[in-house]
Amino acid sequence: MTTQRDAFGARLGMWLFLFSELLLFGGLFLLYAVYLARYPSDFAAGGQQLDTLLGTGNTLLLITSSLTVALALSALQQGRRQLCQMLLCVTILASLLFLTIKGIEWQAKFGHGLFPGGAELETLPAGQQIFFSLYFVTTGLHGLHVLIGAALLLWTLGLTRKGQVSAENPIMLENSALYWHLVDLIWIFIFPLYYLLL
Amino acid sequence: MNQTTHGALSFRCLTTVWILLLVLTGITVGVSHLDLGAINIWAALGIATLKASLVVFYFMHLKHEPRLLVICLFITLLTLATFIGLTFFDVLYR
Amino acid sequence: MAKLNDRGFLQASNRQPLLFDWIFSVDHKRIGLLYLYSVSAFFLVGMMLGLLIRLELIAPGPTIATAQTYNALFTLHGVVMIFLFIIPGIPAAFGNIMLPLQIGAQDVAFPRLNLLSWWLYILGAFMALTSLFSGGGPPDTGWTFYVPFASETPTNVSLALLAVFIIGFSSILTGVNFVTTIHRLRAPGMHWGRLPLFIWSLYATAWVQILATPVLGITVILVMVERLIGLGLFDPARGGDPILYQHLFWIYSHPAVYIMVLPAMGVISEIIPVFSRKPTFGYKAIAASSVAIAAAGSLVWGHHMFVSGMSDTAIMVFSLLTFLVAIPSAVKVFNWVATLYRGSISLEPPMLFALAFVFLFSIGGLTGLVLGSASADVHVHDTHFVVGHFHYIMFGGTGFAFFAALHYWLPKIFGRMYNMKIATIAWAIIFVGFNLLYFPMMLVGLHGMPRRYYDYLPQFQNLNVIATVGSWVLAIGLLLMFVNLYRGIRRGTAAGNNPWQAATLEWVVTSPPPEENFSQPPQVSHDPYDLQQAGKP
Repeated sequence: MTTQRDAFGARLGMWLFLFSELLLFGGLFLLYAVYLARYPSDFAAGGQQLDTLLGTGNTLLLITSSLTVALALSALQQGRRQLCQMLLCVTILASLLFLTIKGIEWQAKFGHGLFPGGAELETLPAGQQIFFSLYFVTTGLHGLHVLIGAALLLWTLGLTRKGQVSAENPIMLENSALYWHLVDLIWIFIFPLYYLLL
Repeated sequence: MNQTTHGALSFRCLTTVWILLLVLTGITVGVSHLDLGAINIWAALGIATLKASLVVFYFMHLKHEPRLLVICLFITLLTLATFIGLTFFDVLYR
Repeated sequence: MAKLNDRGFLQASNRQPLLFDWIFSVDHKRIGLLYLYSVSAFFLVGMMLGLLIRLELIAPGPTIATAQTYNALFTLHGVVMIFLFIIPGIPAAFGNIMLPLQIGAQDVAFPRLNLLSWWLYILGAFMALTSLFSGGGPPDTGWTFYVPFASETPTNVSLALLAVFIIGFSSILTGVNFVTTIHRLRAPGMHWGRLPLFIWSLYATAWVQILATPVLGITVILVMVERLIGLGLFDPARGGDPILYQHLFWIYSHPAVYIMVLPAMGVISEIIPVFSRKPTFGYKAIAASSVAIAAAGSLVWGHHMFVSGMSDTAIMVFSLLTFLVAIPSAVKVFNWVATLYRGSISLEPPMLFALAFVFLFSIGGLTGLVLGSASADVHVHDTHFVVGHFHYIMFGGTGFAFFAALHYWLPKIFGRMYNMKIATIAWAIIFVGFNLLYFPMMLVGLHGMPRRYYDYLPQFQNLNVIATVGSWVLAIGLLLMFVNLYRGIRRGTAAGNNPWQAATLEWVVTSPPPEENFSQPPQVSHDPYDLQQAGKP
């Protein structure tokens, strides 16, 4: 008996894993919801200290990188391997740019003492301390996922160059693309909840 | 669940979705400058959900996957909503 | 009759050292056995810790341990038994071995991921044990790691939490693997209405593993980060809310009870029809109740928190929802009893353990109703009544089902039969020892003895002595059982392909099963409990 490749089975497995990821972030969103209900004005004050411009820029970056990875998959399925590899490179670059911008943001906050255990943060009202703690944990965990997603895409890029990922066998690209879209999905919710609060 | 492959989505389709996502991002930033009170958070969540569904159904191809996956996603979101909802029975009435 | 020299998947390949042949194998049966050996080893560790706890409680005042040592003892006993034995016990060990066999597949959907799960589990176990001897000493928080104590205590809680996270990750991967396998790899003719009930229970369990475990993951991450840099998310002095930790913890840990007990119910649903020589009564009801328990079990975590300071509304809501779980659980018990009714019952060891399960689980379930109703819970919360109750569920339920599975499936896995008479004697000793140990706990709890104290008032001593003696009886019975099983594996007589004349697919292949399970996909033509068709696909 030969083992057949089960493309849908592989995607189903990835989706199930993504559901797990959703619930992982779900715990943080639960905390967010409860604390937002408890400290609405503190959360608004905290949100106003975040840089909306950088946040919006990062949102556009992630959405665009989500597009490029989806295009890369389509290109692969159409047999346009060169294009596929180029689009993957663009996606990976976007992820690095995202992390750089995130780093700049964090650095600015650290510079103002606004980090867990920071002197400035301790003087703020309780609700704002909670806001910033949640902000750092959530964006930190998300950043970790960006890093993992980028690593996955880089690996996939290598496999595509070697021809191990191809129009006949796109599973690896399909699944790392799914993972990357999840990273985008989570950010789509993080962005308005943290940066656009009024 | 017999369908095991799906065809490639066209570049045009994906790009259209991308433009829609950009527009919605613009709208959500715009709305955040209006003071609508409690509606703000729900508007933000509503737009985010709309954006998320675009990503899920087009970029992630859910539209062309067997219905099984849609059902599973629904169960997942229902579970998360239940966890958050039931917690609020505590925090709202404490 | 299978020849004893046909060692099936157990046959050494001689391609590489024997150990590597096992610890890097992607064969689901070998991985299942790796799990079986590991969980059994950790069960013995947990059992030793439990015996020490009982020894300390034989008399008031310090007996063998100081208060701090006692705290470490019960914390470890809980962590080892829950995360290293009960949660992976039935699904990862027997599930891995039996799932592909029972649905007529060659392996699980992702064999390499399966191996990774085991390695993660071992890594987590190693870290959990390391946490005892490093850093600030063994964790003393109880297995629940409640904040604020867990974020303040100087003991080595962080490493233990990391271990829990890694083991949880392993559990999620197993869940992903099982759901995909059940959806994609069923043999022709094995439609959902023909799935063995053990598979149904694994399916429901796998979903709980996928959806609930990550919530524990994020919770332990938060406590670790809290200990590292001080987030204040659960610290009231900085605007945090410690009760939210309890919510997050129990959002996983109550469904985890069903990760522990659902597969056990699945095992019982396999055994009862076979040893009653009757098709199972209410197949659909039992299958549906597995899914219903998984669903309803996700709505009731708050019943662990009735005295935590949560709102009265939430107490009423969670108390009400808790009673919902009793319905599908009772559906199962009634259907098992109805299967027994007018059956041709043969009391061989797997059946004896299964019947003990039904009896002990019912006691555990009914005492659970006492705890589920908020007004009664307030009086017995945090007493030994709770300890007795959950041991009736976890040990009387899942533990006995694990032993039943050992007696039912080991002859299939190794092709050799154990000594039935000794197995029966061991069962009787275990049953008596179990009740001597845990029933007095419930009584002494009703009299007001709190849990998690190394000391108690003198009037509680009689019942505590009985419980401690019971722990010795139980330990003797367990040792006898393990020795008998081990001798059976090594030197027992040939078991044959189908010693119990069961009709599920794993009994069609030889014992031990061949490496590739089925030479070609079996064409399934009958229901799993159609015992007339025993031995045919």
